[in-house]
Amino acid sequence: MWKKAVSLAAVSIILGSSASSLFAASGRDYIAIVGSSTVYPFATTVAERFGKSTRYKTPKIESTGSGGGLKLFCAGSGIDTPDITNASRRIKMSEYEKCQKNGVKKITEVKIGYDGIVLANSKASPKMQLTKKDIYLALAKDVPDPNGGEHLVPNPYSTWKEVNSALPDTKIEVLGPPPTSGTRDAFVELAMEGGCKQIGWIKAMKKKDKKKFKSICHTVREDGAYIEAGENDNLIVQKIVASPTALGIFGFSYLDQNGDKIQGSTVGGEEPTFENIASGKYPVSRPLYFYVKNAHVGVVPGMSEYLAEFTSDKAWGEEGYLSDKGLIPMPTAERKQFAAAAAALTPLVLK
Amino acid sequence: MQVGKRETTMERVNRGLARRYLQERLFRLFGLGAVILSICLLGLLFVSIGLKGWPAFEQTEILLDINFDQELFAVDNLMGADYGALVKSSMRSLFPEVKGRADKRKLYRLVSSGASYVLRKMVMEDTAIIGSSRKIWLPADDEVDMLLKGHIRRDVPESDRRLSDQQIGWIDQLTEAGLLKKKFNTTFFTAGDSREPELAGIHGAVMGSIYTLTITLLLSFPIGVATAVYLEEFAPRSRWIDLVEVNINNLAAVPSIIFGLLGLAVFLNIFGMPRSAPLVGGLVLTLMTLPTIIIASRAALKSVPPSIREAAFGVGASKLQVVTHHVLPLAMPGMMTGTIIGMAQALGETAPLLMIGMVAFIVDVPTGFTDPSTVLPVQIYLWADSPERAFVERTSAAIMILLAFLISMNAIAVFLRRKFERRW
Repeated sequence: MWKKAVSLAAVSIILGSSASSLFAASGRDYIAIVGSSTVYPFATTVAERFGKSTRYKTPKIESTGSGGGLKLFCAGSGIDTPDITNASRRIKMSEYEKCQKNGVKKITEVKIGYDGIVLANSKASPKMQLTKKDIYLALAKDVPDPNGGEHLVPNPYSTWKEVNSALPDTKIEVLGPPPTSGTRDAFVELAMEGGCKQIGWIKAMKKKDKKKFKSICHTVREDGAYIEAGENDNLIVQKIVASPTALGIFGFSYLDQNGDKIQGSTVGGEEPTFENIASGKYPVSRPLYFYVKNAHVGVVPGMSEYLAEFTSDKAWGEEGYLSDKGLIPMPTAERKQFAAAAAALTPLVLK
Repeated sequence: MQVGKRETTMERVNRGLARRYLQERLFRLFGLGAVILSICLLGLLFVSIGLKGWPAFEQTEILLDINFDQELFAVDNLMGADYGALVKSSMRSLFPEVKGRADKRKLYRLVSSGASYVLRKMVMEDTAIIGSSRKIWLPADDEVDMLLKGHIRRDVPESDRRLSDQQIGWIDQLTEAGLLKKKFNTTFFTAGDSREPELAGIHGAVMGSIYTLTITLLLSFPIGVATAVYLEEFAPRSRWIDLVEVNINNLAAVPSIIFGLLGLAVFLNIFGMPRSAPLVGGLVLTLMTLPTIIIASRAALKSVPPSIREAAFGVGASKLQVVTHHVLPLAMPGMMTGTIIGMAQALGETAPLLMIGMVAFIVDVPTGFTDPSTVLPVQIYLWADSPERAFVERTSAAIMILLAFLISMNAIAVFLRRKFERRW
């Protein structure tokens, strides 16, 4: 009995190892890309055009989220790991160190443009004119006591009018992405923290107790005013059209596509338009990136051509095809800088 | 205590009769209500998907006069010629009054970016058309398609639409001239995924599903049937076998994402198989469908009456002969039904495929078991999340295709059961 089991195990190990050597040796003739679901629509557009207009195969793009993408990307430098990862935030120090530790020494960072995060509601309701402070007060879990004093109370506001008397007297009801989403991270960091900092004593806390400051500014209320509506932004659009008093949080491209049904709220007096996000006037916008594994350039066919296609003005320029898809282009100088980095494969050094 | 006339049994029965009848009527009404409600909900699902998805089978195309100018093809590489310029010059000749770069760009945008690939394919297939001039139906942009299908409102201010008043004017002119028509959407059935809704199709996903399910069927059917036969016919009654049984029943209830994690750990990390391949997808789905098939097969084997086995033993058949000649053929219809239902379940699965990289954007239609590919339900999920409005109807259309596959698979299962089932 035991003999049988041992020989069976031996056979399966031999089979397994021969199978693995078989697959590893076969190489790969297409580019493998992973990463952020926010960058996904742009990367796929480039990949498709690249595949159709060159002799190379169309790259394969998985939508794994920024964190998941970097995890796969940094797992090693073998051919079975992804060549490029997309990210809707910059690589973190911890991720960079993990990359270095796993032998992924040289990484090129390419910033591709900006994405605006909008708060929108149905056209059936009046347009909201918000400030970052309004957003913070309406959505944070704990806010400074409205009766004065430097202490926090559980968020007492239930209508926008209570937050700011200039706003309409409607219930606070905001549909947004769950904590796993990069859009949520960016929204919390840019809009809520931005509003939070306008309160003097909380701002002062940033220097003393950074952790406490973060937990005050970054924690979203859980009493039903903020509704986690899942990662599907289309769903949020449909829901805010159906319930006109609700606000939705999503990427600019969804506002761009549905301009006949929904309107973006102004933040700090700035409309979320293409021009305002591009010029940096609209405050809630974040940069988008992708990271290239330098060791794979020249090994996987088509890598440098793909980089050239992505960083051409035809793609990411002001009138490029990515702007049709809702990507906010960078200023010319910045585009030149990153196009040069992509062409020369300048390795990223993070300190 | 007063002693009255004692109640007879009959009287007691009669007294309770009305209540019992009422209870039964209520129960029946309840059951009927439940059936009607579920049929209504199912109908609502079908109707809403059908209404939304139906228009996707038609796609707006534009008739353009394309002049395959010899000068444009005076390059070494026919692949690299500027096919976009052919479309642009044709559009310019339709609207000669349009001047200025911005206006021209708006005009060119009415035609899909895929039009140039259609022309390139025509030239590559038959170089003789260079120098001639032809009238060709080319795909229009998805915005044009949406306007013609009534999904873009004309009554809102210009800035709130993706099409300007000027563009709508051009579209109306083209429609009146009969140059813009809705035609049967063949692209939807022949193309792989695309970021442009008018170029996106489900062929890639359908092929991926077929490859994946082939692997699943080839592995899970023989393994499942063999397991069931061993457990039911040969295995000695022991604690060890009981443990195996409990575990198989448990596995049938394990959430499918767990199988995906297992696949990632074993097939990708240990065996080093390629990511996003139907081969790995098929292996993972095999693990998932095995318990279903084993349980169904065992039930089928159990339903074969012992008299058949005894009769076979009686004429001197060995145990293996009894099983292969008599029991297995009689149990086969039940096993096949179970297998088809397991397959249908596997066809609709996305969660386990997420971990092994089959949730991906793949344009090229897969041609083998190790090509990167995706499957139908994943395609539906990816389209449902796309910002372009034209993907809404495509999502529903893809759901219709998936439902058609599922319904036909289940119909085959019912047919097999009816045709081959034997009652004793």
